[in-house]
Amino acid sequence: MKKHLLVMAIAAIGASGVYAQDADALAKIKSSGVVNLGVRDSSGLGFTVGGGKYVGFHTEMAERIVNDLSKQLGKPLKINYQVITSQNRVPLVQNGTIDFECGSTTNNAARQKDAGFAYTTFVDEVRIATKANSGIKSIQDLNGKTIVTTTGTTSVQHMRRHERAEKVDFKVVQGKDHADSFLLLESGRADAFVMDGSILAANIAKAKNPKDFAIVGEAISFEPIACMLNKDDPKLKQALNDSIKRQIKDGSLAKLYDKWFIQPIPPNNTSLNMPLNESTKAAWANPNDKPAEAYSSKLLSK
Amino acid sequence: MANWDWQVFCKDTIDGEVVANCWGSGKEITYLHWMIEAWGWTVAVSLVGLVIALVVGSLVGVMRTLPNSPWLVRFGNAWVELFRNIPLLVQVFLWYFVLPKMIPVMKGFPPFVLVVCALGFFTSARIAEQVRSGIQALPRGQRYAAMAVGFTTFQSYRYVILPMAYRIIFPPLISESMNIFKNSAVAFAVSIPVLAQFYLQAGEETGAQVEMFVGVTALYIVSALAVNRIMTAIEKRLRIPGFVAPGGTGGH
Repeated sequence: MKKHLLVMAIAAIGASGVYAQDADALAKIKSSGVVNLGVRDSSGLGFTVGGGKYVGFHTEMAERIVNDLSKQLGKPLKINYQVITSQNRVPLVQNGTIDFECGSTTNNAARQKDAGFAYTTFVDEVRIATKANSGIKSIQDLNGKTIVTTTGTTSVQHMRRHERAEKVDFKVVQGKDHADSFLLLESGRADAFVMDGSILAANIAKAKNPKDFAIVGEAISFEPIACMLNKDDPKLKQALNDSIKRQIKDGSLAKLYDKWFIQPIPPNNTSLNMPLNESTKAAWANPNDKPAEAYSSKLLSK
Repeated sequence: MANWDWQVFCKDTIDGEVVANCWGSGKEITYLHWMIEAWGWTVAVSLVGLVIALVVGSLVGVMRTLPNSPWLVRFGNAWVELFRNIPLLVQVFLWYFVLPKMIPVMKGFPPFVLVVCALGFFTSARIAEQVRSGIQALPRGQRYAAMAVGFTTFQSYRYVILPMAYRIIFPPLISESMNIFKNSAVAFAVSIPVLAQFYLQAGEETGAQVEMFVGVTALYIVSALAVNRIMTAIEKRLRIPGFVAPGGTGGH
């Protein structure tokens, strides 16, 4: 009886995998006039200012992409914002709940098995955030300390690799989401928060006393961040890439970057102070959808 | 279904290479090793939580039925209402973030202790309610009989009321013990590396969401079923012929 149930459950899971074939979000968008856009609510590239309003570099870029889609389809489009998390974003693009998402998703080889990625629009560097008075300056100072990363992100793996390579020994705890991880750092349950620089900068800017925190050390790894969509939807991918190329070419993406990373931003009107890094410049000069693995090999050869 | 990759469990968690013994050594462990460790956390959180729940739940449940102690009864009622009316996840956050801010000593407590308290006290309210109903299900004559032979209150509970009451409430206690295993997944919310957390992280790292999900589900089934079997065996051993009928028809 129990075996029977298990077999049925497995069959159901298998069947839903088949269902994901040949998606055509553009046709769906054209007929419904609605784009289901996945957005983040507490990340550096996309966050909420409350009241169902979503903002940020990638959120606004996605809105411009939707404008371009609207021109392409010759029809005004309404955006339906759907908040996604690190854990549910892949299933949601697979089952079509969202047409695409522009947040803080790293394009890596493991995810490419499950989802498709548009051109990389931002290359994030994984850094260490810590209390300004902690005395931690680099990864070597983490020996014997407790570090926090967010569940469902790739930072944990990087830390394990560094732990082995640099002979440092630390305890890793994993927060439920970025806000939770930052709370662990703020409440002193963790000594350092290791995560993408933009996420760290955004959480620090939102903190009660941003001056109490500092981002230290060199980049632990590089994370090419891109909009994610269904793996089997080449038409939508082409449309996203065309729009991104246009935004790079006419300089509007660079202006958008300035608006969100250099100028003061809501909710606290503080600046993230994150000048455009070299890796992102390179990604804009040669638009590509290379996974993170292509970057880390570059790092090792350095 | 054909493209399922069960080998993923034998992969090393650092470089993703398949390890021959499927377990790894030292700091270099496989996903299987990691999953079993996560299972260990789940079992530890659940069992310690269950012990707290049974002890505190019994005390509070008995308190609520004591004759001539209105303040203890009120305290017991307040305990049950407090812990039963706050969602478990909120309780976990209260223990983890709010209480340590109010009581500085608690900052030094390991997260494990705080989560176990949250889970144990939440379940204790439910067990207290069951203990109370078990005691009140007994005919009044039992209590009077105990008083008639000169037992103190403690003695009448110890030798007359509780042995009967526990036998009546054993079936719901089994459900409660299984529930605490499943509820232990909330420990993930405060960074205890339990099975739920393993699933989310390992699924993301390997891209093998479904395989990890099946493995984790299997372990949950195994643990809940084991608790069920053990508790049922205890129930059978404790059964007194002619008291509580085996079909659950109740009464005496």
